[in-house]
Amino acid sequence: MEAILGILISALLTQNFILVKFYGICPFMGVSKKIDTALGMGMAVTFVMALASAACYGINLALIALDLEYMQTVVFILAIASIVQVVEMFLKKSVPALYKALGVFLPLITTNCAVLGVVLVNVQQGYNFLLSTINGAAGGLGFTLAIVLFASIRERVNKTECPECFKGFPIALISAGLLALAFMGFSGLSIF
Amino acid sequence: MNFKKQFNEGLLTKNPVTVQLLGMCSTLAITTSLFNGIGMGLAVTAILICSNILISALRNFIPSQIRIAAYITIIAGFVTVVDLLLKAFIPALSESLGVFIPLIVVNCIILGRAEGFASKNTVLASAVDGICQGIGYTIALVIMCVVRELLGSGTFGGGLLNNGEGIRIIPAQFPAMQMVMPVGGFLTLGFVIAGSQWLMKRLEMKNKKKEAAK
Repeated sequence: MEAILGILISALLTQNFILVKFYGICPFMGVSKKIDTALGMGMAVTFVMALASAACYGINLALIALDLEYMQTVVFILAIASIVQVVEMFLKKSVPALYKALGVFLPLITTNCAVLGVVLVNVQQGYNFLLSTINGAAGGLGFTLAIVLFASIRERVNKTECPECFKGFPIALISAGLLALAFMGFSGLSIF
Repeated sequence: MNFKKQFNEGLLTKNPVTVQLLGMCSTLAITTSLFNGIGMGLAVTAILICSNILISALRNFIPSQIRIAAYITIIAGFVTVVDLLLKAFIPALSESLGVFIPLIVVNCIILGRAEGFASKNTVLASAVDGICQGIGYTIALVIMCVVRELLGSGTFGGGLLNNGEGIRIIPAQFPAMQMVMPVGGFLTLGFVIAGSQWLMKRLEMKNKKKEAAK
C-alpha cells in the first residue's frame, strides 16, 4: 500500500512526468492552447499509458524468457503503436462518444515519449504487474494535471502583450518554466 | 540538389529545435553539460542519417497505408544499434543520458524528417538532409548546454575538459542550481528560440534593404 501511495505522489507531484522528467513535451506544447483539448489529450494519454504499462509487463517477461532483452525498444514501440491502433478501432466501434472526444489525439500518442518512457522506467525499476499499471496510470494523471494547468495559463498569456520576438512559443516555454519552478516546491514532499 | 540551401535550412531557417520545435524532450532534459549535449547530438545525427538513407531507398516499396509503422520499425532498429554501441564503448555517456537514448525512437525530428523529406527525395539528398538537420540539432543542443552549464554549475565543458570536471568560470558558491534543473531547461529554450526569431527577423530586414537598394 505504501509503495502504491509513493508511486502516486511521485508521479503526480514530485517527479511529474512533464515538469520534472521532461517526458512528452511535444504534446505538452502542441495541444495546450485550450483547456478542453488539453483535458482530452490528458485522458487519452492516461488510458494508453496504463494499458501499455500492463501489456509491456507481459511482453517483457516473454522477452526475458526468450533471451531477447536487447530488442526491448523495438518490441515496445511496436506494441505501443498496435495498442493505440486497437484502442482507436475499439472506441470507434463501441464507445463512439469517447472516440469523438479523443479521436484526433489517439494517433499522436504513439510518438509521445511519455508512453515509451513509462514502459522503460517500469522495466528499469523492476515493478511488478500491479505497480507497473499504477505507475502508468499515475504518470498519465500527472501528465493531465500539468497540461491542464499549463493550458489555463496559456489562455491568459496569449491575450497579454509581450516583446515581438518572444511571441508564440518562447513566452509559452517561459511560462512552462515558471510552472516547473512551482512544482520544484513539491520536491521536499515524501511519505516515507 | 541545392546543398547550400539545405545547409542553411538545417542550421537556421528550418532548424529542428528552434523553428520546427521538434524533439524538445531530449533538448530540455539532457542539456546540463557539454558532454551530454554533444553525445546526444551526434547519436541523433547518426541515427537520422542512417534512417533517412534507408527510408529514402525503400520509399517506392513501402505501401503508404503502413508507412508510419514501417518508419518506426526502421528507426527503432537503428536506435537499438546506437544504444548497444554506446553501452559497449562509451558507458559514461550511456549512463548519463539514461532512458533518453531509447527514447530517440519517439524523437519527432527523425520521424518528421522521414515523413517530410526522406519519403519524397533521393537517397543522396536525404543523406545530406540528415547531416544538415543533425548538425542544426547538435548546435542548438550545444548552445543550450553551454548556457545552462555556465549559469547552473559555473563550469564550461563538463564531462569533457579538465578530467571531466570542466573549467570553472564562476566560483562554486555563486551558480544558480535552478538552471541545471527542469526550470532552467524551459527558460533557456524560451530565450534561445526568442533569440533565433530575432536573428531571423534581422536577416530578413537586411535582405529587404539590399533588394530595395538594388
